[in-house]
Amino acid sequence: MASQGNTAHEVYYVPESSKLAVCATIGLVLTIFGAASGINDRTFGDPNESTNSWFIFWVGLAFFAATLFVWFSTAIKENIAGKNSAQLKRSYAIGMQWFIFSEVMFFFAFFLALFYIRWFAAPWLAGEGDAGRSNYLLWGDFSYSWPLMETPQDAIGGVANQVMANNGVFSGPERSMAFPGFGEIFKWLPFYNTVILLTSSVTVHWAHHALLHDNRKKFHQWLTVTVLLGVVFVGLQLLEYYEAYAHYGLTLETGAYGTTFFMLTGFHGFHVAMGMIMLLIQLLRSYTKGHFTKDDHFGFAASSWYWHFVDVVWIFLMLVVYIF
Amino acid sequence: MGAHGPAKGLTRWLFTTNHKDIGTMYLWFSFAMFLLGGSFAMIIRAELFQPGLQIVEPEFFNQMTTMHGLVMVFGAIMPAFVGLANWMIPLMIGAPDMALPRMNNWSFWILPPAFALLASTLFMEGGGPNFGWTFYAPLSTTYAPPSVTYFIFGVHIMGLSSIMGAINIIATIVNMRAPGMTYMKMPLFVWTWLITAFLLVAVMPVLAGAVTMMLMDIHFGTSFFSAAGGGDPVLFQHVFWFFGHPEVYIIILPGFGVVSQIIPTFSRKPLFGYDSMVYATASIAFLSFIVWAHHMYTVGMPIAGELFFMYATMLIAVPTAAKVFNWITTMFKGSLTFETPMLFSIAFVFLFTVGGFSGLMLAIAPADFQYHDTYFVVAHFHYTMVAGAIFSMSAAVYYWLPKWTGKMYNETMGKTHFWVSFVGFNLTFFPQHFVGLAGMPRRIPDYNLMFADFNMMSSIGAFIYGASQLLFLFNVVRTITHGEKIDDPKVWDGAHGLEWTVPTPAPYHTFTTPPDVKEVEAHG
Repeated sequence: MASQGNTAHEVYYVPESSKLAVCATIGLVLTIFGAASGINDRTFGDPNESTNSWFIFWVGLAFFAATLFVWFSTAIKENIAGKNSAQLKRSYAIGMQWFIFSEVMFFFAFFLALFYIRWFAAPWLAGEGDAGRSNYLLWGDFSYSWPLMETPQDAIGGVANQVMANNGVFSGPERSMAFPGFGEIFKWLPFYNTVILLTSSVTVHWAHHALLHDNRKKFHQWLTVTVLLGVVFVGLQLLEYYEAYAHYGLTLETGAYGTTFFMLTGFHGFHVAMGMIMLLIQLLRSYTKGHFTKDDHFGFAASSWYWHFVDVVWIFLMLVVYIF
Repeated sequence: MGAHGPAKGLTRWLFTTNHKDIGTMYLWFSFAMFLLGGSFAMIIRAELFQPGLQIVEPEFFNQMTTMHGLVMVFGAIMPAFVGLANWMIPLMIGAPDMALPRMNNWSFWILPPAFALLASTLFMEGGGPNFGWTFYAPLSTTYAPPSVTYFIFGVHIMGLSSIMGAINIIATIVNMRAPGMTYMKMPLFVWTWLITAFLLVAVMPVLAGAVTMMLMDIHFGTSFFSAAGGGDPVLFQHVFWFFGHPEVYIIILPGFGVVSQIIPTFSRKPLFGYDSMVYATASIAFLSFIVWAHHMYTVGMPIAGELFFMYATMLIAVPTAAKVFNWITTMFKGSLTFETPMLFSIAFVFLFTVGGFSGLMLAIAPADFQYHDTYFVVAHFHYTMVAGAIFSMSAAVYYWLPKWTGKMYNETMGKTHFWVSFVGFNLTFFPQHFVGLAGMPRRIPDYNLMFADFNMMSSIGAFIYGASQLLFLFNVVRTITHGEKIDDPKVWDGAHGLEWTVPTPAPYHTFTTPPDVKEVEAHG
């Protein structure tokens, strides 16, 4: 990063006043308010129409998405009009990099939860160490192993009649998604997902490489492959969830394993979907409007950084959620 | 850039991309929240004026302690310093505006609805959040009122605002410094904000994670915080305080920066130990990530954990003491004058140090078993939050108000505000050390008769402190409407820095062409 600031004295483009932020605020607030009310089954106005909280949510979300669309097109048009100095482009790049860092920290919170449960909380519930010395009084025969197939509530029996839990009853899953050993690896869906996501990180790199050499055709080809790999990944992830709910008895409500499994893979899958949409938009921009040059392609570069980020998260996730 | 000036009417504020407008909005919003959070505090102190239940129901008292904390931390202090950053960082580093002006406007405008959402929970069925500003599970999950969902989403929006604000500040400082403004020439306020912004980007997402886990536990059957499913309510505390401890430095570091600008000005000496100030700030930020469990000594951690967090916490005293030493040494043999900003700054150094000492006492794990959840803790963190963050904020407003408005505030009224605040503050919180050490628990609407005298003193002090803020408001408004006009770019004769090279009042656009930073004009 150029640490001396603006040595060329070029003009830094400060946009005129803009309605974008206020529109985005309205969209976001409606979305949030609708979601919070919908989750609580609150309704407004006509009491016979029970879905109007979610109606607020969808209207807000649509308005928010439309605003973001206009916002990004405004930024793109400004760049095409030549308003963006090299310095302003650096601001965008710095912004994206720190946004990705904030996403890393969001995942960190959920990894922290997983580690804490696996290394401390659940072993203590099984009576290990000083901290767990009295837990056998509460949780009887609970013994710790990971994946947690039997919850502490299972261990003391009669789960259906208990409301000892803070927020419900938890009964362990029948099967887990854990690594089945190398003999079975080809029947194991996460293996394919790993291959797909790692490959897509390479193909997006090749797309970038092609763009840097002004090879538009190859750029489109590799970017299309990347987006398709993303689609397949998300599809397989949904298939895995279907399997979990339909055949494994593994749900969000099956205790700590189900909780951490779905939350980590779920947020990751959501981020893959976002990254895929971002890359798809870059593809369409290049394909239909001929955006990007070999020296100026921030939209694509930022999306590819994001894509590499979801890839790195997957590697950690693969290791601690599925394998170890 | 075009010469677009301020638009007329309300749309100027709604659609603005100007860092000064946005800074102004942040400052007024945070002051409104300060009065709201303060009125909650007045209700708390009115109830605690005498033992027994007099004015409010315990359930409502819980909502007041919770909302007071939330509004003050997320609504008053944090946006106040973001407002200050918006106003001052571009002026101090010679930038034309913040790096991403439209996003800057968005960061501000999502805050008022977030707090409207939070405040509206008070009128919902079951009442507002009643589980303390730290919202420990299971109080905030299993036993929470239904409005907790609005609280959760409100926190998400506040977090989004903070993260975007912080990213903007980082991009501005890293990318928009004028030629010659190297990192080690930046004013200390800019340095402290750079580090604060890093902390914000690092921990606000963790807070978002914590409230997301709550949401999932409440509505979607997960068991993050339920032992029955293999989770642990203590997990909540770990995640929360992983955010929460850096958060307290997010609140105080910009205050350190403010005081490091003001003390040299009124001592007419350069800041003593500039480099060590930078390194001390960075060290504090680093240490803030490895001390979070000192908030949880009594929760049942293994002894190794207690010891680690105890020693790590006590290490923070080292860089903090370096800072206090530097402030005092800056004043040593200076030609001191005691204008209102300087009074607040000196009080900051003195009272923040008191808060630091009580922090050291709380850091000692075995002793904390006695102090935990007593009024001693309340006294401790109000010495850092009020005498630290709010005093430095008051100092900042008096210091830069002439630059912002082109008018001088009334010095007599400013000094009156200071002395009334100083007396009111100490009368409120100093006795709380004693009742805390004697075992009075916090967050309870009633107390033992033996605490009656000190609590009455506390309440009287709180009313005095609260009233003094109205004087502050009056002084600021009167400055804007009737203040004595000044046009000297350098309002204070001992001031250094680029912000004093632009005309007074600061024009709508400054540094459209970056200045060449001379050696002497950087941090002084």
